[in-house]
Amino acid sequence: MSLDKTDVNKIAHLARLDIAAPDIDVYASNLSSILDLVAQMNSVDTDAVTPMAHPTDAVQRLREDKVTAVDQREKFQAIAPQVDAGLYLVPKVIE
Amino acid sequence: MQWETVIGLEIHTQLATRSKIFSGASTAYGAAPNTQACAVDLGLPGVLPVLNGEVVNMAIKFGLAINAEVAPLSVFARKNYFYPDLPKGYQISQYELPIVGKGEVTIELDDGSSKVIGVTRAHLEEDAGKSLHEDFHGMTGIDLNRAGTPLLEIVSEPDMCSAQEAVAYMKKIHSLVRYLEISDGNMQEGSFRCDANVSVRPKGQQKLGTRTELKNINSFRFVERAIEFEVERQIDLLEDGGKVVQETRLYDPAKGETRSMRSKEEAMDYRYFPDPDLLPVEITTEHIERIRATLPELPDAKRTRFVSAYGLSDDDAGFLTASRDVAAYYEQVVAEAGDARLAANWVRGELAGYLNRENTEINDSPVSAAMLAGLIKRIQDNTISGKIAKDVFEGMWQGEGDADAIIESKGLRQITDSGALEALVDEVIANNPEQVEQFRAGKDKVLGFFVGQIMKATHGKANPGQINALLRKKLSD
Amino acid sequence: MHNKTIAQLAAGLRAGEYSSQELTRAILDRIARLDGRLNSFITVSDELALEQARLADQRLAAGEAGPLTGIPVAQKDIFCSDGVLTTCGSRMLENFVAPYDATVVERFNAAGAVLAGKTNMDEFAMGSSNETSYYDPVRNPWNTDTVPGGSSGGSAAAVAARLVPGSTGTDTGGSIRQPAALCGITGLKPTYGRVSRYGMIAFASSLDQAGPLARSAEDAAILLGAMAGFDERDSTSIEHPVPDYTATLANDLKGLKVGLPREYFSVGLDSEVGKAVEAAIDEYKRIGVEMVDISLPNTHLAVPAYYVVAPAECSSNLSRFDGVRFGHRCDNPKDLEDLYKRSRGEGFGPEVKRRIMIGTYALSAGYYDAYYLKAQKVRRLISDDFRQAFEQVDVIMGPTSPSVAFKLGERTDDPITMYLSDIYTIAVNLAGLPGMSIPAGFANQLPVGLQIIGNYFDEARLLNVAHQFQQVTDYHQQIPVGFE
Repeated sequence: MSLDKTDVNKIAHLARLDIAAPDIDVYASNLSSILDLVAQMNSVDTDAVTPMAHPTDAVQRLREDKVTAVDQREKFQAIAPQVDAGLYLVPKVIE
Repeated sequence: MQWETVIGLEIHTQLATRSKIFSGASTAYGAAPNTQACAVDLGLPGVLPVLNGEVVNMAIKFGLAINAEVAPLSVFARKNYFYPDLPKGYQISQYELPIVGKGEVTIELDDGSSKVIGVTRAHLEEDAGKSLHEDFHGMTGIDLNRAGTPLLEIVSEPDMCSAQEAVAYMKKIHSLVRYLEISDGNMQEGSFRCDANVSVRPKGQQKLGTRTELKNINSFRFVERAIEFEVERQIDLLEDGGKVVQETRLYDPAKGETRSMRSKEEAMDYRYFPDPDLLPVEITTEHIERIRATLPELPDAKRTRFVSAYGLSDDDAGFLTASRDVAAYYEQVVAEAGDARLAANWVRGELAGYLNRENTEINDSPVSAAMLAGLIKRIQDNTISGKIAKDVFEGMWQGEGDADAIIESKGLRQITDSGALEALVDEVIANNPEQVEQFRAGKDKVLGFFVGQIMKATHGKANPGQINALLRKKLSD
Repeated sequence: MHNKTIAQLAAGLRAGEYSSQELTRAILDRIARLDGRLNSFITVSDELALEQARLADQRLAAGEAGPLTGIPVAQKDIFCSDGVLTTCGSRMLENFVAPYDATVVERFNAAGAVLAGKTNMDEFAMGSSNETSYYDPVRNPWNTDTVPGGSSGGSAAAVAARLVPGSTGTDTGGSIRQPAALCGITGLKPTYGRVSRYGMIAFASSLDQAGPLARSAEDAAILLGAMAGFDERDSTSIEHPVPDYTATLANDLKGLKVGLPREYFSVGLDSEVGKAVEAAIDEYKRIGVEMVDISLPNTHLAVPAYYVVAPAECSSNLSRFDGVRFGHRCDNPKDLEDLYKRSRGEGFGPEVKRRIMIGTYALSAGYYDAYYLKAQKVRRLISDDFRQAFEQVDVIMGPTSPSVAFKLGERTDDPITMYLSDIYTIAVNLAGLPGMSIPAGFANQLPVGLQIIGNYFDEARLLNVAHQFQQVTDYHQQIPVGFE
């Protein structure tokens, strides 16, 4: 599987990653070789195999419907890049 | 050309839990920004979700109420996209294995007919936060209090073919979730909102037309208007030789139109995959039965019972059972006052009128069921007339006390003493010789004049039937 | 003092030979003096450590001390620690002072342990050499021109150089075991679900598991005892009783059946490493262990499947680093998209970007079945291999890493060769099994690790098997030159 510049740009956009133009080729080549490695999976037939999403067979535990969190806005927003009036600020979102 | 409309709805209903779906933060509405967004809701590095069991119970209730299969195993998946009100960069939702499978509800249409609407599925997910677009130094402010609030997304089949059907369906689901007490259904606060998928096709065509998705409609009226506008827009477009573009459109209630959401134009690739932080949700038969035992009587069953047990019309029964609170109120009035028909008239007439005018919920009505029953009893035992009863009702609404107290303090008791009435009748006859002549000449209508005079003299407290009989007797003497 | 094990230090503290404050000062001095050569710490938490030591001394005086009370340990910088910088080896979190404690940190605090500092690591735990750290590579104390392994390279180097008696790591594809092997120490990756992941910055959620790094199996047992246990804040945490891991260390190994998977002794294994591992196996035979040849036929598919599952999960897990609520934000974003792309573009290094992109691609429309679903099926096959093997044997042994520590910079331009460093460790994560690496000798003057893999929740047996080896060998007691 070989990825070209267009593919890399598309993926980088989907992942919201700014990649410098001169690096695109390097990523294209690296990612292609990783996909070649990954393609070794195709050497085995898995048609009848059940996919495994978790290493254990456990099922989801259910939590009691109880309010346990307390307001820590000040502490949490102390590490935020930009806040005002208790809100996180981002560049204008146009709907 | 004749056109046919095809509509499917996706209803998002906020589940009425105390805490969020995956965290212990409160879901209470109206708190100061970000004071109810805990570490998990903020998606801080390292935090993990744990599922609220009550959310599962509520989904089971809904599944049972629409006769759907509750999945023995359902899976949470991540829906990945970047948006500032989505803290983790993904929404935890259900994709391939939703908790509730295929079900159905019956809607009643204005012409008295009914129609079955299929529900494709209902799945659990977390709500996003809110973007506030007021000016914060030319920026958008993000409040994540709502992030992580539990939602049940109810997806219908494209079974509706008019805006009216869509509204009837939406009302039905609204009534159901409130009956089940799994949502407060508050549309102003966004607890109950819907997206509508709308398409049109030439009548008789099998293939569906290209659909548009109308986003985030939060009132019954807007659903109707948005769909009507959109249907017309699509038909105009097609008749002018144009094409409908598959897109997301936003309904603008101020302008009464839908417009394309350019920000969502980019083809979304959500990269769904099972959330590795959550394990499959197992629901056992015992669990389902435990929940089934807690189900209340549902609207359809209640309606049927009201018709048979109280001798109501289907229409009255439909009105009285649309809300669980109204039905409970009505049944209490009947239990205390006895007369089911009269009770229905009062609840649907006077009470509903006041509630509507004053924008009050029935549970907040200043006239309680016991008070209304007390009033009805006084009508039944002829203490007051139906007309005076309306004044008494107003007095009760204004907080002047119960029916008996108001009747007593205002002296509204009907005059049933025939001696006193006879004296009055004699007096009116004596004072109006001209009208007596007219009556005797065959002008029957003049009787009304005499009744009016007596009512005036008694401040309406005389029994109209009794006066009529007395007048006729005296005048024909 | 620095050459003592945790067990010995705890005895010394309780006997009053020295206080925790004295011990902590000695440790902090040693870090200050020697870590310039290694760069194993990103943050040394002097003040906090001394305060915790003071409190530990009170507990010791009150006779309320546990096995870790007053013992300085280092936490991998992937665990959130309230009020302490938590970088995860990334520029993205250069200024991230965590506002809460990870469960692991909380447990160490509750045990009265002293946090000496936060150790260097590959960025977001993605790497096998510690060279992807934004805070410069860590050097291997056995030869500072070589890598310590990764991603828990700082934790491994700090323990190997006797800077701290024990540390924590996380292991997604070998990140505890491989650096433990390359640095000549003992490291254990527990069963998935044994140690809470709450507050441990996620790389690949279905693979990540925290565990201890120490100089002996006995110390690893003490550390694991503090770390392990059910946590209601982690849905994947398992309610399974935590035994006293030290209680069974002395059990006799006679009759123990050990599986030797032939796939772990074939292509790609450095011959010198192979010899050391064989010698260790012979040592086990001498103490009565029975060796059984087994096969794990899908071993060769582990690395390919891992490089779909781990990147897919990481691509999603790392979406929260968007410059909005915490972490790096670019200067003067012109719009929302610019904010996202530049904050992430600047905040993440190349290896993290590569993995995010691979994962994004593998999950994208039209590729999901061919990559993600396929990898999940292969994962099942690999897991089934182990299930069958454990029907015949009690534990499995083989090399931890195909080679000893390699030179800094040797593999940085070639991701594939780097990925193959984890060829023997990755399958264990896919299956969710516990695995250990213990010092098993040297090749070219560099440590060789022996890997021991156990069945689910069989950590006590792994520690017992490791401890018995350490009773008859002294590889684990060797000290790198310059760090005596």
